[in-house]
Amino acid sequence: MGPLPSVFGMALATGTGRRPSTLTTLWRSTVGKKAAMAVSGVVMLLYLVFHMLGNLKVFFGPGELNGYAAWLRTVGEPFLRYGWFLWIARCALLAAVVVHGVAAYQLSRRDLRARPQKYLHQRRQASYATRTMRWGGVILALFIVWHILDLTTLTVNPRGEPGHPYQNIVASFSTWYGGGIYCVAMLALGLHVRHGFWSAAQTLGVNNPRRDRTLKICANLLALVLTIGFLSVPVAVMIGVVH
Amino acid sequence: MNLTLRIWRQTGPDAPGALTRYQVSGISPEMSFLEMLDTLNEELILTGEQPIAFDHDCREGICGACGMVINGQAHGPERTTTCQLHMRHFRDGDTIDVEPWRAAAFPVVKDLVVDRSAFDRIIGSGGYITAPTGSAPEAHATPVPKEAADLAFEHAECIGCGACVAACPNGSAMLFTAAKVVHLNALPQGAPERATRTRSMVATMDAEGFGGCTNTGECATACPKGIPLSGISLLNRDFLRRA
Ligand code: SF4
Ligand code: FES
Repeated sequence: MGPLPSVFGMALATGTGRRPSTLTTLWRSTVGKKAAMAVSGVVMLLYLVFHMLGNLKVFFGPGELNGYAAWLRTVGEPFLRYGWFLWIARCALLAAVVVHGVAAYQLSRRDLRARPQKYLHQRRQASYATRTMRWGGVILALFIVWHILDLTTLTVNPRGEPGHPYQNIVASFSTWYGGGIYCVAMLALGLHVRHGFWSAAQTLGVNNPRRDRTLKICANLLALVLTIGFLSVPVAVMIGVVH
Repeated sequence: MNLTLRIWRQTGPDAPGALTRYQVSGISPEMSFLEMLDTLNEELILTGEQPIAFDHDCREGICGACGMVINGQAHGPERTTTCQLHMRHFRDGDTIDVEPWRAAAFPVVKDLVVDRSAFDRIIGSGGYITAPTGSAPEAHATPVPKEAADLAFEHAECIGCGACVAACPNGSAMLFTAAKVVHLNALPQGAPERATRTRSMVATMDAEGFGGCTNTGECATACPKGIPLSGISLLNRDFLRRA
């Protein structure tokens, strides 16, 4: 809607004519901020599905995975220069992570302020996935930093050979901490997606009583498939299937 | 029945409060929870103590005044209002904790009484239609589709009790606001002001210091009138479409 005052809502309109822009209105309200979280979450979720599928190439040998990684840099050529596609994807993902994180931080602070005094008679509330959204999100954020240092910049990777992701993956997952951190993070991811996917549908207003069950089943399936898909790689390295 | 009660006592808005222990005896299972408190108050008055302050009015489950958190649950173990909760749901010898609604937007006035006027201000910012309606119109003057009528009625059942806010870990008023917005937006009479109503009521809800919705669903579980969680999805949709 434009800046014109609504014909019907005159008596309800609170301001004097000019309203702030739609995006400002959205970001300032709890409902809009949640929508920003939902949209950025869905963007990350889509990325994760492709990331997970790409990871499975590890099971078909070093040539297959390394070739795939090299191909990713050539996507869009000759329109895009070598490596540009990857950088565009990284920028979009960074934007999604930042929006998601900032909105989560601001909303969490508001939520804690809205309930300053806890009940003395405590009762367990909501499902485990729902209760762990905030800490699960923090764990995932820390993991992303580790993950980039490990397998993108290769800063902390025990092998750290550029252009050889297969060998770097095997080297990382062969250490107890490399495999351990990854597995814990993927379990956190599963829980986060389980509540997050359904919650995003509810927040964006696409949920209704008829769809509710289907959406919940989809959320569980998506969480399960992502977790198993991602976990399969470190587990395969640890039991020696991939070496 | 003999019971031990631990009730939140607080002499005024800024006074410190604490759970205070009381013994009541001779409670019959047919009594309502409020009648049980009346019995205790009569004893307190006889011994010269201040009776426990709690809100109540209709005592038939329609005014929404009688809010209190019983053993960590809004309105206690049954899905009903405190005035309609009967002592047969407790056992002889039980210890029962009673606390006021806890939310920054619902400050404690005294003991179990909280100030819920934040709800009135949300209603005041759009929970009505501005057209003068006069006396009750002829029923068929404005045709209402059956589905819309059912949706509106389901949400119009909200009695403004505040159990949703009390139960929400974020002290969020989304279920209440959704009930009001969906009720009016669903009907032809409410349709013209849909956009301004939705925007305005959400803005007031945020300004009153309620938390955001994290889709935990505690509100709908606690709501004595069965306002469905899907109402929040409908509110989100209307807000996002009309922001
Ligand atoms: S939505 Fe339910 S719990 Fe909330 S105020 Fe209305 S009746 Fe009470
Ligand atoms: S006293 Fe009116 S609803 Fe309980």
